[in-house]
Amino acid sequence: MAEPRAMTSTTHPSQTVQNPLQRFLIATEIDTRLLGMIGALAIIWVGFNFFSGGLFLTPRNLWNLSVQTASVAVMVTGMVLVIVTRNIDLSVGSILGVVGMVMGVMQTQILPTQFGLGLGHPLIWVLSLATGLAVGVGIGGLQGAIIAYLRVPAFIVTLGGYLVWRGAAWWVTAGRTVAPMDSTFQLMGGGPDGSIGALWSWVIAGVACAAIVVGLYFGRRQRQRFNFPQRPVWAEVSLAVIGCGATIAAVWVANAYPWPIRIAERFAETNGIAVPEGGLFISHGIAIPVLIAVGVGVVMTFLATRTRFGRYVYAMGGNPEAAELAGINTRWVTVKIFMLMGALCAIAAAISTARLNAATNALGTLDELYVIAAAVIGGTSLAGGVGTIAGALLGALVMQSLQSGMVLMGIDSPLQSIVVGVVLVFAVWLDTLYRRNKH
Amino acid sequence: MLDTGKPLVEMTDISISFGGIHAVDRASIDLHSGEVVGLLGHNGAGKSTLIKILSGAYKRDEGEIRINGEPATINNPRDAKAYGIETIYQQLAVADNVDAAANLFLGREMVTSLGTLDDAAMESKAREVMGRLNPNFRRFKEPVKALSGGQRQSVAIARAILFNARILIMDEPTAALGPQETAQVGELIKQLKSEGIGIFLISHDIHDVFDLADRVVVMKNGQVVGQAKTSEVTKDEVLGMIIMGKVPPGAQPGPGAIAD
Repeated sequence: MAEPRAMTSTTHPSQTVQNPLQRFLIATEIDTRLLGMIGALAIIWVGFNFFSGGLFLTPRNLWNLSVQTASVAVMVTGMVLVIVTRNIDLSVGSILGVVGMVMGVMQTQILPTQFGLGLGHPLIWVLSLATGLAVGVGIGGLQGAIIAYLRVPAFIVTLGGYLVWRGAAWWVTAGRTVAPMDSTFQLMGGGPDGSIGALWSWVIAGVACAAIVVGLYFGRRQRQRFNFPQRPVWAEVSLAVIGCGATIAAVWVANAYPWPIRIAERFAETNGIAVPEGGLFISHGIAIPVLIAVGVGVVMTFLATRTRFGRYVYAMGGNPEAAELAGINTRWVTVKIFMLMGALCAIAAAISTARLNAATNALGTLDELYVIAAAVIGGTSLAGGVGTIAGALLGALVMQSLQSGMVLMGIDSPLQSIVVGVVLVFAVWLDTLYRRNKH
Repeated sequence: MLDTGKPLVEMTDISISFGGIHAVDRASIDLHSGEVVGLLGHNGAGKSTLIKILSGAYKRDEGEIRINGEPATINNPRDAKAYGIETIYQQLAVADNVDAAANLFLGREMVTSLGTLDDAAMESKAREVMGRLNPNFRRFKEPVKALSGGQRQSVAIARAILFNARILIMDEPTAALGPQETAQVGELIKQLKSEGIGIFLISHDIHDVFDLADRVVVMKNGQVVGQAKTSEVTKDEVLGMIIMGKVPPGAQPGPGAIAD
């Protein structure tokens, strides 16, 4: 039973490998699959930049790309957990639609008129969002309960939900579009006002870098405490440099995208600032929806990897019977997953309605397919038990990059669908090959 | 060796049926602390079903379970664990996609003061327990999927003994193992027995069980054929009980015994 590569418990495996690249990968313990996805994303970006004549890798396009990804990115973090437990949720687009309508009606009619708060009241956006979250959690909880306790397959329950909630979205206002949104609520959609500006972006970059360094430090301390193999110091330093470098680069790009000239001029006029020659340069900074998506990604990663709930989700996906026999209340965990999915749909609905500055009953149409595709491209296995939040977020970015890139290149929309479909199948095939070679 | 006090476990007149078929029919069985009871019978004799009622995987239709003489309510695996009943299932029941430590602590994770998983502490404890069971075990970071049958078995056993089980149920514990690993499991059973743990060993193969057990109980068609101390019957006599339901003089007949 002895392992051929057995080693004493305090030596890090990287010390036994000679090839420098391999050694670097093992020493830093970077997930090679994730690295492959980043490589694929880089190829897509450089490729589009080349074929669109340098239009793709501009601050403006990358900033827009980040905002366009936000809504799907928020939902895909929940879809990972749903798929990991061998379920599926086909209703997320429709839930987004109905929750968007409910939030729209709340902030344009119910709160200002019926509750007499008046338009523009500072509480409106909070109450609308809270109502939306409650509706989303309620819908998710209902679907989850039917799946877990009545044992109807998730595919059927959410296929039903797909139709029911899309119909419900229409019913909220009998099909009328609701607009405009509350001015504070609109900030969740991005735009010049819905971005936090250069200074705050740098502050956030600083906080994020500090968090990376502190996280690495505590990870190392923990390993020391239990005398586990440690990464070499140079690997820890490389990780810190890569993490902080990527953060700073992203913020630098967001800050390099200025407000449109007209808006900047109007801003200068109202605030009495003299416009210098060549126009006023006001940075967008990170858009609020992107900040929300990143925040959701961090929280969901924490949930998935550091809490009992997350551990149970993965164990249930790997072997549902074993999880049940280990004493896990698998039905309640399933309900919680779908409630979480509903809440994330509500957040995505807030981002989408705010960005569009309107709630329409077609909002979120086909989103379920983009969300599932993003999760699967990001390495989530439909067989269950396998998938990471970070991978799925990258998957969402890949999907959105493909779409934006093709728009920039002026490719017809039918051809866009064909390309996205082919890429989906190709990505999953590559992933199958990768997994087969690994084991 | 056997204590004469109250039995650790008493299951009396247990019945369960699935769709009209009596999988277990008025079966009674008991277990004392420090005792190894072999539960024998063909595939489909009802032994696994009977024992799954004790471990909370199935809910009985009729009958009574007493633990230490007190009536016990066991409706799910969590209830059973609360009584110190740990089970090693035939199909091992490990989650393939997570590592050994996660499996050992599944459902009973160690958490930090903030309520987050304390993976380092769990891995440390897992290394300690696995070191005792299987000193060659090194692959703590890999999903259990990547392990050999014997290694997976050690994970399943480690999980059962990690939480101070008083009653251990082993369903075909050596079915997936080679000779050397089977011998290791045998040693382990003797060690646990000396610590006062009561053990049910379930098998369809008498050779797996006879030398380890103090007593055997034989089931056939959902009923108990009879029980005997292994010191008072021969292997051939027990085989006769398993195959034909014929109870030898050294054994005590049950409801499923055929009359001569």
